[in-house]
Formats: sequence, structure tokens, C-alpha cells
Amino acid sequence: MAKGVKPRVKVPKSASAGETITIKTLISHKMESGQRKDGDGNVIPRSIINRFTAEFNGEMVIDVALEPAISTNPYFQFDAVVPASGDFTFTWYDDDGSVYTETKSVSVS
Amino acid sequence: MRTLLASVGIAALALSGAASAGEDAVLSVDGEVFVTEAAAPDHLENVDTIYSGWVFRTDETQELQLDDFDNPSFIFLDQALDTWETVDGSEGKSCASCHDDVEDFAGLKSTLPRVENGELVTLTNLVNECRTERMGAEAWKYSGADMSAMTALIAHQSRGMAMSVAIDGDAAPFFEKGKELYYTRVGQLDMACANCHEDNYGNMIRADHLSQGQTNGFPLYRLKNAKINTTHGRFKGCMSNIRATPFKEGSPEFKALELYVASRGNGLSVETPAVRN
Amino acid sequence: MSLTRRDVLVWGAGSAAALSLSGLPAFATATDDAVMAFTGGADTMDGGITLTAPEIAENGNTVPIEVDAPGAVSIAVYATGNPLPGVATFNFGALAGSRSGSTRIRLAKTQEVVAVAKMEDGTFRKASATVKVTIGGCGG
Repeated sequence: MAKGVKPRVKVPKSASAGETITIKTLISHKMESGQRKDGDGNVIPRSIINRFTAEFNGEMVIDVALEPAISTNPYFQFDAVVPASGDFTFTWYDDDGSVYTETKSVSVS
Repeated sequence: MRTLLASVGIAALALSGAASAGEDAVLSVDGEVFVTEAAAPDHLENVDTIYSGWVFRTDETQELQLDDFDNPSFIFLDQALDTWETVDGSEGKSCASCHDDVEDFAGLKSTLPRVENGELVTLTNLVNECRTERMGAEAWKYSGADMSAMTALIAHQSRGMAMSVAIDGDAAPFFEKGKELYYTRVGQLDMACANCHEDNYGNMIRADHLSQGQTNGFPLYRLKNAKINTTHGRFKGCMSNIRATPFKEGSPEFKALELYVASRGNGLSVETPAVRN
Repeated sequence: MSLTRRDVLVWGAGSAAALSLSGLPAFATATDDAVMAFTGGADTMDGGITLTAPEIAENGNTVPIEVDAPGAVSIAVYATGNPLPGVATFNFGALAGSRSGSTRIRLAKTQEVVAVAKMEDGTFRKASATVKVTIGGCGG
């Protein structure tokens, strides 16, 4: 696992049934582009988060493919429909095989 | 020098309006309004009004600071909160062992640096003193990632409070030293802090909108390097840019300069962690 | 990752070399190729998609953008002046509350950013925006 990777997610705690809510996500990651060289002229290998997904109770909300042009500490904002109470699962996939997840519950009244 | 300043002026004319958005914008986070413009403290001789660096940024950069989630600094503050609870060193202590709640540090950043027992101390000095004297842990690197995040977390507790750094009494000699550094031309470009940040704030230096170089938002997140930046790190960058040999981070020179520059912002709200370009 | 100004300049130089080739008719640009791969060669139409990006980015390292295309299945974003044009592809699922997304991207230099949406009816929509990337006056 890459060092110091930490997700941060903002989801409303409650919603009404069928409401569209806005979600913001951020994760600390260098997003090494593979375009840079180190002091000795060797290419620094690419090391990025290459995919991000948001699911609610197992159903897909958004599935994003990331390229090296995404900034350090990748940020996403998007909207989701909440049909009932349940859990959002956010997943970030690292080039090095690591997978980072974060879960947030929303209660529908 | 005169030629350089003249060309800066032309660049300003050519670009004014383009990148200088948001000078009338209001900085407000979660309903809390910040003082980004204030009457200059009495000791400032050449400036009537002081402005937060936030004022000089484009709309898009300004917006990143309006919401604590959009502000990428907070991932580093979260990391520092984890560190706060983590035991380190021979004494088996974490920060939390002695200081239960980091919120107790409200009002610290707004009064630093300050003189203790005849010595000028910065927030970084205080953190490292805890680490080496009370935790039995190794000192952190002055502007390393751990220190930058921890000082940002502690300084953040003073957010919204007015900068109020003492410059008289014991602090006076340090203030005078910092002031002298601020006005002393150095480096191949033969420039002082004042040439950009007092004589030319609001003007463009090529594509950059010069601010007053205020430190009320530090430590802060820069888009340039996507991490938390410290005042001494920024001073070092400025000195390199004018082709001078920078003082060392944590040096007596930078500490005195930090005191002087912080005092130039007395009256502005602490914004830590701010977002800048 | 922290990009210094020098890195960005080197990056820009690489993409300038790529651009100089694009004048030759035999070579499509890397962006054209990428868009072709996304659309499968279908034509793209204007309208129905909004790409929001700053006119001037204070730092090319972190440029906020937003794409919005009601009725889109997926939206791909390209940076035509980067060494690699791909930026991100948003694929919307059953519980997407809108067909929009925001992120922050790297731009090596002043360039056109392009967004292409694949719509539910199988058509493609395209929008673009030019972002001026400034470099600080003293590189600081």
C-alpha cells in the first residue's frame, strides 16, 4: 500500500426517499504521472489511482477511469439517488494493486 | 532594478483584469466571515490597508477555501489528527496524553512567534520541544510532512481569530531584526521582500498576481505542489526566486522574519489552512 | 506528486513536439485517436454537453473542471496539449443522480480541453474549452 493514502468523503447523513444528493470525495495520493524523471534522469514509474467507484447497496452510482492527468490528491464530486436507507461504498484502485475503501451510511426517513 | 519594476508595471497593464478576480469577494466558511482586509497596524509605515493573500487569487482558487471539504488541506489535517493520538518516543506518550483536545490550542497561532525566556519560538519549535523534551521522540524536520500537517492542525484551531503578534518588550529586538531583513536587498536580482510585497502588491509579476505576502493563512495548501507549505518553506522559495542563497528553515533569520511578517498582518483573520496557487 | 515549473515546461515541450507532427495529414493527433477509440468512429455533435473550466488557471497542476451531459451513459475528458491526452472517463450507473461530475486536472500548458459524452441513444456529444495556464512570475 502506498504510504499516507487517506480517503475523505462527504455524504449527507440523511435524505428523503428518492432524493438526489451531492457527494464529494478526496483521497491523498501522489498520482505520479510516469512523465517525470528523477535527479539521475531515470523515468519515475507511473503510480496512480486508476479507477474510482461509488456504489449504494451494491448498485453502481459512478465508475470513473483515471489517467495520469488527474491532479495529486484526486477529488470527485457527483450526484447520487438514494432510494432507501443503506450504505455507500467508495473504492479507489491503485496501480500497485492496493484497494482503498470507505463506507458511509445514509438513513432515509 | 528600475527597468525591472517598469516592465512589471507594463505586464500589470497588459493583464490587469484578466487574472485579478475576486478582490471584492467575501471569504466565508460555514457562515463564518473572515477579515481579509483591514486597516494596517500602526507600525506599518508604507501601507494603509492590509489584505489577505486570498484576495489576490482567482475565483477558482478562492472557491477552494470556501468549503472545508473542497479544501484539500483537510486530508493532511486528518492525518495529523491520527498522529495526535499516536504514541511516539521513549516516554510512551502521544500529543493527546498531555493535551487532551487539540482545540485547546485556539489562540496560539494568532500570537506566534513569541518570546519565551529570551528566545524567539515558533509553533514548530514548540512542537519539537514537546517531542524531544516530553515524549522522548526525535525532532521532526522543520518543514517535513509530519511537522507541516501537525502545525497546520494546531494553527487551524485559531481560525477566524485576529492575528495579534506582540512586537514590543522582549520581542522588540527580534521585530527589528526581521524588519531589517524585510527591507534588505539580496541575491542576484537585488530585491528585498518589500520590492514585491509592499511596493507592488496587486500588480502582475509576469503571470503572477503579487500579494502582500501575509502569513495569516499558513501553513497552507498550494496548488503548485499539492501539499501543506510552511512560512519558512515559502520564504526559502521567495529567496531562491530572487537568486539569493536562502537562510535555513528554523534559522534565527527566518524566525525573526516570520515574527515581522506575521506582525504586518495583525488584524487579519487566521485562515489556516488556506489554499493558494 | 509535486510538479515543479521545470517539470511542467519539460512536459509542455514534449507535447509541443507531438503537436508539430499533427500538421502532417497522415498523422491524426493523439486526442483524435483517443476520441475515435471512445466513439468507435461515430460523428460527434455539439450541444447537450457542458464543460466548465476556468479561462485562466493559476496553476496547471490543479485545474477544476466539471462535465454535465443530461442523458449521457459516460463522459470522457481529454487534454489536447498534454503528453497523454486522456484525463478521465465518468461512467454513470443506475443510481447516478445526474450525468455530471467534477474533478481537478493537470494541464501541461495553455490548451483545449475536450469532453465527449456517449448518450443513451448511442449518439455522441462534444464540448471544448480553452484554458490558459499561467506560470508564476518568478516561478514561485
